[in-house]
Amino acid sequence: MKRRTMETSLAAQSPGLVRSVERRLFLRQGLSLGALAMLSGCNLTDDEGVQKVLTAMSRWNDGAQGLIFRPARLAPEFPESAITKPFPFNAFYTEDEITYVDGNTYKLELAGLIRDKKPWTLPELYALPQTSQITRHICVEGWSAIGKWSGVRFSDFLARIGADTTAKYIGFDCADDYSTSIDMATALHPQTLLTFRFADEILPPKYGFPMKLRIPTKLGFKNPKHIAAIEVTNEYPGGYWEDQGYNWFSGS
Amino acid sequence: MDDTRWVSIHPLVVRITHWINALAILLMVTSGWRIYNASPLFPFRFPNEITLGGWLAGALQWHFAAMWVLVLNGLVYVIYGIVSGHFRRKLFPLTPGAILQDMRDAFRGKLAHEDLSMYNAAQRAAYLAIILCLVALVLSGLVIWKPVQFYEIGVLIGDYEGARIVHFCAMALMAFIVLVHIVMVILVPRTFPTMISGRARRAT
Repeated sequence: MKRRTMETSLAAQSPGLVRSVERRLFLRQGLSLGALAMLSGCNLTDDEGVQKVLTAMSRWNDGAQGLIFRPARLAPEFPESAITKPFPFNAFYTEDEITYVDGNTYKLELAGLIRDKKPWTLPELYALPQTSQITRHICVEGWSAIGKWSGVRFSDFLARIGADTTAKYIGFDCADDYSTSIDMATALHPQTLLTFRFADEILPPKYGFPMKLRIPTKLGFKNPKHIAAIEVTNEYPGGYWEDQGYNWFSGS
Repeated sequence: MDDTRWVSIHPLVVRITHWINALAILLMVTSGWRIYNASPLFPFRFPNEITLGGWLAGALQWHFAAMWVLVLNGLVYVIYGIVSGHFRRKLFPLTPGAILQDMRDAFRGKLAHEDLSMYNAAQRAAYLAIILCLVALVLSGLVIWKPVQFYEIGVLIGDYEGARIVHFCAMALMAFIVLVHIVMVILVPRTFPTMISGRARRAT
């Protein structure tokens, strides 16, 4: 489903620009009925001025969501019986294009405003104190599913590596060429976990081996899988979907 | 000129908020249909040609921009309606018997429209229902947008998944009433300019 969305988006990107230029020329020739019909069509978003306003509103909504977000408000947790089986696979690619990471050579890279940037191997990460949660994953598309993830509390990990928690953003680069970034308040939320297990098993590749950041207070696409590098920064890092127009904060 | 008397029937606040609301609803519903299409609740999709946004992210941008217009405008209208007594004067009293009687008359094409300053019972019920639908849409929308932060509202309507159904049903009911509203305006066209000028010619 997400893949289809992306194809639509790519198709809508550059041809859209051409179309909007053409449309403006067309409009200049006179506000004919045809031009009006095009205006009322679904591609109003392609107009540069309109898009500027919408992007500004999306930034404004980032701020509003930051104010609404309560650091101590917990996402609901569920019993084992509520877990969705099978848990849906979702990415910007199909299931036969899943990235396989070699756990033996894997190292988590750290960058930015962090005191100890020593890379982490998987055995080192597995040795950290672990905790579990059964929470609901909500996709930006609208569907939701309940799953069980286990790992280390992200705030504990950030404390351990000496991250500057007064910084604004944490960015994630992933082995599947995905990227995303989150606000510090959400990073420090007690339910934000750096997870290595799904349903009590080592994360299978389709759910993000070796590591997925699980954030039950954000939409699914803000939960990066196959994390390869983490950066603490004050410069807005953006992200794969965010750069295409999805709202950056996307909190629950 | 002498034998026509103009009476003021729609206050300025009502006229302004009505048209802003109409635009906001149009944007919210058409972008909402596109969002619905990304993960349909029921076994159908809305034709993309009648949706707004071009794709999911565009539709979400429209929806979350227009929601501020809808809510702020709606607050002005509701506060005005309560404080000024507009709701009390125009929407009440309202009895089920009177609504049914007026609806029967309407289907027979006999519904009285002589005095445009007074809403008949069917109108009162329809306008009140639209207001209530919008309240339900905003509350269920808050739960879908922020199921964790607004968890308490969600408890009343079946949490996130329940809120999606409430949101859809309230949209469908509201869209239906708006459609009937537009048909009625077409059938009684002299009501249309009154929502712009605020005045109607009183029959002498």
